[in-house]
Amino acid sequence: MDVKAIREQFPILNQEVNGHPFVYLDSSATSQKPIQVIEAVDTYYRSYNSNVHRGVHTLGTKATTAYEGAREKVRRFIHASSSAEIIFTRGTTTAINTVATSYARANLKAGDEIVITPMEHHSNIIPWQQAAKATGATLKYIPLQEDGTIRLEDVRKTITKQTKVVAMTHVSNVLGTINPIQEVASIAHEHGAVLLVDGAQGAPHMKVDVQELNCDFYAFSGHKMGAPTGIGVLYGKKELLENMEPVEFGGEMIDFVNLYDSTWKELPWKFEGGTPIIAGAIGLGAAIDFLEDIGMDNITKREEKLAQYAMQKMQAMDDISIYGPEHRAALITFNLNDVHPHDTATVLDAEGIAVRAGHHCAQPLMRWLNVTATARASFYLYNTEEDVDRLVAGLQKTKEYFGNGF
Amino acid sequence: MAFNNLDTLYRQVIMDHYKNPRNKGRIDGDALTVDMNNPTCGDRIQLTMQVEDGIVKEAKFEGEGCSISMASASMMTQAIKGLEVEKAIKMSHIFSKMMLGEDVDTEGVDLGDIEALQGVSKFPARIKCATLSWKAMEKGVKGE
Repeated sequence: MDVKAIREQFPILNQEVNGHPFVYLDSSATSQKPIQVIEAVDTYYRSYNSNVHRGVHTLGTKATTAYEGAREKVRRFIHASSSAEIIFTRGTTTAINTVATSYARANLKAGDEIVITPMEHHSNIIPWQQAAKATGATLKYIPLQEDGTIRLEDVRKTITKQTKVVAMTHVSNVLGTINPIQEVASIAHEHGAVLLVDGAQGAPHMKVDVQELNCDFYAFSGHKMGAPTGIGVLYGKKELLENMEPVEFGGEMIDFVNLYDSTWKELPWKFEGGTPIIAGAIGLGAAIDFLEDIGMDNITKREEKLAQYAMQKMQAMDDISIYGPEHRAALITFNLNDVHPHDTATVLDAEGIAVRAGHHCAQPLMRWLNVTATARASFYLYNTEEDVDRLVAGLQKTKEYFGNGF
Repeated sequence: MAFNNLDTLYRQVIMDHYKNPRNKGRIDGDALTVDMNNPTCGDRIQLTMQVEDGIVKEAKFEGEGCSISMASASMMTQAIKGLEVEKAIKMSHIFSKMMLGEDVDTEGVDLGDIEALQGVSKFPARIKCATLSWKAMEKGVKGE
């Protein structure tokens, strides 16, 4: 994999920030966009912007073909069996909320259980808290091991016959933990529960085969994998989606509208009320083409190597706490001892290095780690060993800055 | 922004308040108590104040956060002690303006160490850190 050539496809990386060559280490928050995506969106707006699925004019047809073509690309990307199973959403949050609102509220009752983990992003906690409150179901957590992983024996202990929904992240956005989705899916299914996977940090970085994983729902966001913000995907098994009610009602999703009653379009459109995110979907299609040209397995291998390199360099530093397991996705959450992560991020920013500082939308996990906030460096296919070296040098400077003179 | 520009943010007096916070703790017994957090970053503060006859007699804080938020809380408690409530609120407004980089009329108000926080206005991402304790104070004395 030629990282130098890949970097040239990302115009934003070629700039100075605060007088230093820009180092972007916040791809878990949002990834940068390759020129192919920027141009695909630009071309749509410049030459064939039209609404989809209505009208018979030429540009409308072209837009519809591109929009539905993007759906087919997503289907192929996650190895779903039918494009009817691919619903475009605003992002992972909307995708999870759709299931928590539609599926969970229709299928849960008092005494039933929803099982999640403490490492979830807020967007995979709060929808289930709300679903539990609305239905009288109980929310349960699979305990974490000290290194931030889960054990299958604990999964087996937590999931019971009362469990109707299991929701779990594919990859933790804080710990970098990669969860054993396939095994959890089997355990969930043995007990008659469905499994929803939050794939926001999974799909951008590794090959996802929803049929092999055998999950029932898989949610992810385009903007973390090179596509624009505002587009995401809910994959669901057809037989489940078919029996689910839409959450949003209006144009685009209807079949017949009578004065007092209406019927819905078939899948996937019944879940896409209103004018859809056309440019976003086209951009996501272009991002998928870009990633597949490089190859998801190549991206994963490259990121593993970079994560190992970063772990070695950072573990060798004094006065640093690193959170999460040894085997991890390409992100490192850490704190310099005695320096607050906001201060670390500010000093790094002055060096042209962008990292995240805060609670990473995972307050329960922060409490589990017994910290109020952390810093996080997250990597993607365009990051290099030099970026890691710059980070480590920046952290040394941070320590010196806060260690000396005060 | 060069590295030494950081010194406009992290002035020595700020780091002194961060490392040696004044009025750290809580007032036991009958006191105004305000809990406030910054949900986007996780900083939190608990402010306790004793107000008698319209005057802030005592103010203490506990909390967790970055150097800017904790130093600001330390300075704020120091500044408002002994002030009339109206004056404390006026000071808070002056501080907000200072954070926006606006010119402020400081006549009749002794900002003391607080002036050192002026540099925060050049770091927009950190303004909310500096204003957290002031917002808590206003909420408390206004009885909101």
